[in-house]
Amino acid sequence: MSESEFKLDYVKKDLPLYVRNVGLILSAIGLIIVVISYLADPVRTAYNSLILTAFVVSIGVCSLFLVALEYIAGAVWSVVFRRISEFLSTVVFIAPIIAIPFLLNLHNVFIWTHTGTVAKDAVLAVKAPYLNVHFFLIRFAVIFLIWWLFYFIFIRNSQKQDITRDQKLTKINIVFSGIFIPVFGFSISIAGIDWLMSIEPKWYSTIFAVYYFAGSLLAALAALTLIAVRMNEKGLLIPGLMKDHFYSLGALLFAFTNFWAYIAFSQYMLIWYANLPEETFWFINRTQGSWMYLTIGMAFARFVIPYILLLTQPSKMNPKRLKIAAVWILLSHWYDLYWIVMPNYSKHGIAFSWNEIAFPVLVLGLIILVFYSRSRKVNLIPVGDPKLKRSLEFRL
Amino acid sequence: MKEKTLFSITGLFDSSDEIGHAVEAVVKAGYKKYDVNTPFPVHGLDTKMKLPPSKLGYFALVLGLMGASAALFFMWWSISKDYPIIIGGKPYFALPAFIPITFEVTVLTASVGTVLTMLFLFFRLPNINHPLQDTNYMRNVSNDKFGISIEAEDPLFEAGKVKDFLKSLNAQDVGEIYFEEDETADSTRIFSPKFIAFLIVTAVIISGVTYFTLNKLLFMDPFNFMEEQQRFAPEGQTTFFKDTRMMRTPPAGAVARGAMPYMFANEPDSAAKELINPLQPDEKTLALGREKFNTYCSPCHDYLAKGNSRLMGQFPNPPSLHSEKVRNWPDGRIFHVITEGQNVMPSYAKQLEPNERWAVILYIRALQRAMNAKEGDLK
Ligand code: HEC
Repeated sequence: MSESEFKLDYVKKDLPLYVRNVGLILSAIGLIIVVISYLADPVRTAYNSLILTAFVVSIGVCSLFLVALEYIAGAVWSVVFRRISEFLSTVVFIAPIIAIPFLLNLHNVFIWTHTGTVAKDAVLAVKAPYLNVHFFLIRFAVIFLIWWLFYFIFIRNSQKQDITRDQKLTKINIVFSGIFIPVFGFSISIAGIDWLMSIEPKWYSTIFAVYYFAGSLLAALAALTLIAVRMNEKGLLIPGLMKDHFYSLGALLFAFTNFWAYIAFSQYMLIWYANLPEETFWFINRTQGSWMYLTIGMAFARFVIPYILLLTQPSKMNPKRLKIAAVWILLSHWYDLYWIVMPNYSKHGIAFSWNEIAFPVLVLGLIILVFYSRSRKVNLIPVGDPKLKRSLEFRL
Repeated sequence: MKEKTLFSITGLFDSSDEIGHAVEAVVKAGYKKYDVNTPFPVHGLDTKMKLPPSKLGYFALVLGLMGASAALFFMWWSISKDYPIIIGGKPYFALPAFIPITFEVTVLTASVGTVLTMLFLFFRLPNINHPLQDTNYMRNVSNDKFGISIEAEDPLFEAGKVKDFLKSLNAQDVGEIYFEEDETADSTRIFSPKFIAFLIVTAVIISGVTYFTLNKLLFMDPFNFMEEQQRFAPEGQTTFFKDTRMMRTPPAGAVARGAMPYMFANEPDSAAKELINPLQPDEKTLALGREKFNTYCSPCHDYLAKGNSRLMGQFPNPPSLHSEKVRNWPDGRIFHVITEGQNVMPSYAKQLEPNERWAVILYIRALQRAMNAKEGDLK
């Protein structure tokens, strides 16, 4: 078969309407509880908004990273799934909205915003040139602008190719991927350090940014897997997808589960071994009272259980197993972020009630809505991509 | 000539598509014992051949678990149990510190073990030959042809029928493969002297070359900063110090670590009065005392302290330690003799720690008592 004979057996189908309705209902309910929660307890809501901002950025930016990775690595198998990652990356636009409550409460969340305390504290004073409100907000704005910029470049070129079938667009995107990936490395590190690590501004860990990246990429992959399997079951993607494609998703999920465990354990072990007070207190805080259970549970939730779920070869291609693992990993990413942030809100034990549900519901609804509206006008697979034929024929 | 045994009937095809169709036909015809040989991995053949998923993964799992538990057990046994060592103030069984090694050993045993399992189970390792080897068929399928070989062991096998069947699939070069004579005998060829000799020679050469390059040719000290540092010979000269001497005298009043100055130099009577033996004559002390006495004192004083020197007149014979005088000396007085020496007898302060001196004294007391027992001792 030569390239010109290749006939694409693809008809654009729309996502069913109930998807939109579910998204609308969840967003509406979520918004109401968030507002009530904010009125009742703004500080607690601010902490939750921080968790969910980090969560949304995980999915959005790392989806964009997956798109770039496909371009720069010349990956073939994932072309059929690229649109899903593209749609998912749109959620970087809703992240600043989710962030509003914590941006309004910087003073309550971040100790380094208290200029009086900082002036008296030698350690914080040294860090003040970086950790100050103005520079914090500037970085916040700059990293989002960078992400939006690259979003527009990648998505515009990818969608244009559906119509023009111009191979040059792929080349352009490859070049921009080369620029984006290092920029992504810096910006996601800034996000992790600024939002999650600086709640404990005196804590030292040189690997924390990688830790956030590892969990985030896992979440983006899980979201991609969940939606890909589901859309394929509903026949919304293209006929001819084989278990080889899904196996690749499963293998990546498995690989990054191990990567996360490797990073998380490295961070823990080095801190435990060196036993320096400016590092250990972070973990000690997470063993206070009932936090201990969550700390131990973490090893199981993020590593042992997904590891067992995805260990065998058949389970990596089993759609049902993939969906369970993907949902589990998404939940455990939220758990991870909660575990990072919340011990600063409630030092002596787990704090969990309806306030913690509010934002996840809202975010879930918004992600569904964003995904739905993005999928309306665009083909669900990149029909103009020169690698599409090989992608369909991909076998392990 | 002995009749040769038939191994299989083979046929060749030109492309991966053709071999795919042929395999489907062979499966449909119900043959079970057959194999396909291709110059490169052909995707989807295993599904067409209806091969069950490989069991090798379970071996890897079991081997990995074995490696993990062996590593953990060894570290627990060696560092926590048999010779407990505290490292970095951590508990004896410092699990987090053991995890990296456990992980490495797991990966190592799982991977090496899986490869070995594969060699033994699938390639029947001690056996390194196969009837298909060194045949024209093999030559073709490792070049540009795709071959199928239906074995005589198959229950449905009938030479003529199989040949017709393969021809009906448009196979080329349909032919028989026979066992070679030594293949039918169960000789495990890996143990042939030639092969073993080859292995040994290879091992010796490789290890020799490796040893030479790493230890002689490219040798680098892992840490040379202690060996390479500037240092001075004790009697040498230097421009660094004003007096140009390398050997420095310790500052006035410096005392060596652990040194206890002897307070009764030249005062035997005060020593006799003030010094009190801190030890009790128990089994352990006497054993120590005997050991030290026999080592340091007996050459002159003899094992029984009677003064018969073993030095054959090269040194003045000491008096017996069983004399009335010494028996009535307090312990502190003997301590003084050991520490300071007496006339020709040199000081033994360097050889014996204070508590060893006291133990020696207790042993001398025991010897004295043995020679001049009191009446009450008999009871
Ligand atoms: C090199 C041989 C030599 C060795 C070894 C030696 N001694 Fe002596 N020791 C002598 C001589 C000789 C005398 C007699 C010195 C004198 O003229 O007063 C003596 C005297 C003594 C005396 C005093 C005896 C007296 O009647 O005045 C005592 C007690 C004694 N030695 C104990 C020891 C002990 C205990 C040791 C082992 C640590 C020891 N000696 C090792 C040679 C030795």
